[in-house]
Amino acid sequence: MANDSMVLFEVFIRSRRGLDHKHVGSVHAEDSEQALEYARDCYTRRSEGVSIWVVRSEDITASQEDDSESFYDPSDDKPYRHATYYKLPDAVNNM
Amino acid sequence: MSEILKKPEAVNLADLKAATLDYTLRLADDSLILGHRLTEWTSNGPFLEEDIAMSNVALDYIGRARMYYGYAAELSVDGKMEDDFAFLRDEREFRNLLINELPRGDFAYSMVRQLFIDVFNSLYLPKLMQSNDQTLAAIAAKGIKETQYHLRRSRDWTLRLGDGTEESHERMQKAINSLWGYTHELFELDSLEQQLTDEGIGVDSTLLRAEWLTQIESILSDATLSRPEDDWVVKGGRTGYHTENLGHLLTEMQFLHRSNSGCEW
Repeated sequence: MANDSMVLFEVFIRSRRGLDHKHVGSVHAEDSEQALEYARDCYTRRSEGVSIWVVRSEDITASQEDDSESFYDPSDDKPYRHATYYKLPDAVNNM
Repeated sequence: MSEILKKPEAVNLADLKAATLDYTLRLADDSLILGHRLTEWTSNGPFLEEDIAMSNVALDYIGRARMYYGYAAELSVDGKMEDDFAFLRDEREFRNLLINELPRGDFAYSMVRQLFIDVFNSLYLPKLMQSNDQTLAAIAAKGIKETQYHLRRSRDWTLRLGDGTEESHERMQKAINSLWGYTHELFELDSLEQQLTDEGIGVDSTLLRAEWLTQIESILSDATLSRPEDDWVVKGGRTGYHTENLGHLLTEMQFLHRSNSGCEW
């Protein structure tokens, strides 16, 4: 049972050099230093990572389900935003 | 003539091997008994994250114990295996320092014990890494990395709880006072350890106390806690004279192996 004074942190792990940090889960901790240690103990026990980020969950601003129409639908009828929409002239071999 | 000259040396080598075995068992027992005490927090931790963190530390110690017991089995002349050492010896045959066998107490008590031992290990293992015995040196090299992390945790908790609420401060000071008399044994050197130190195998722990005290006093003072007087001392672990707690611990730890001899899982 976590204390009232504890805050929730989101944990991001980079599993290898060159890769991006990926969200893996969350931990409760008193502060960010402790969160980093718990993230190490909870999420890298099987050598999953070379780098850890922790971010207070409350500092993350997330898009809402209700917004999905206005956020994402307008892209649906704009296929020209994808590279695959364009036919390459035969003369262009590499692009 | 040459036979006569060779013989004492051969005896000495066998003697040295036996002494190294005893020494390795001491280190193994320290790790196993403390590791077992830490496993008692598994599923009893104050919250999930700390429960997992504590269990990780326990696993580090039990892993270290296995390496030491494995090496002891190699050194043993009567074909003993690591399980024989861990599960088939009785209380008087265990050689762990008493501080490791004391019941886990409350969280403050467990953390203060970790702090005392972590600082000790952070001084002891680098010396053991320089041992002429390459196996012991290799085990120490692996252990020191774990210890640096353990110490980061126990120092952190000491600062948090010592300088935390009135109750946490009180519990920490009480734990320090009741464990202090058991710390002197960490810095004892008996004839076996003296012999191995002379051979460049063992570590002279008497030389570590001054630095240990400096570091502990500094952490305690940062945590607004105080160092007790050296007015009482309990010893006996290295000669097999234990507190009443070890017998109970062994009963639980050895039960499965003793009642299902040779079982694997």
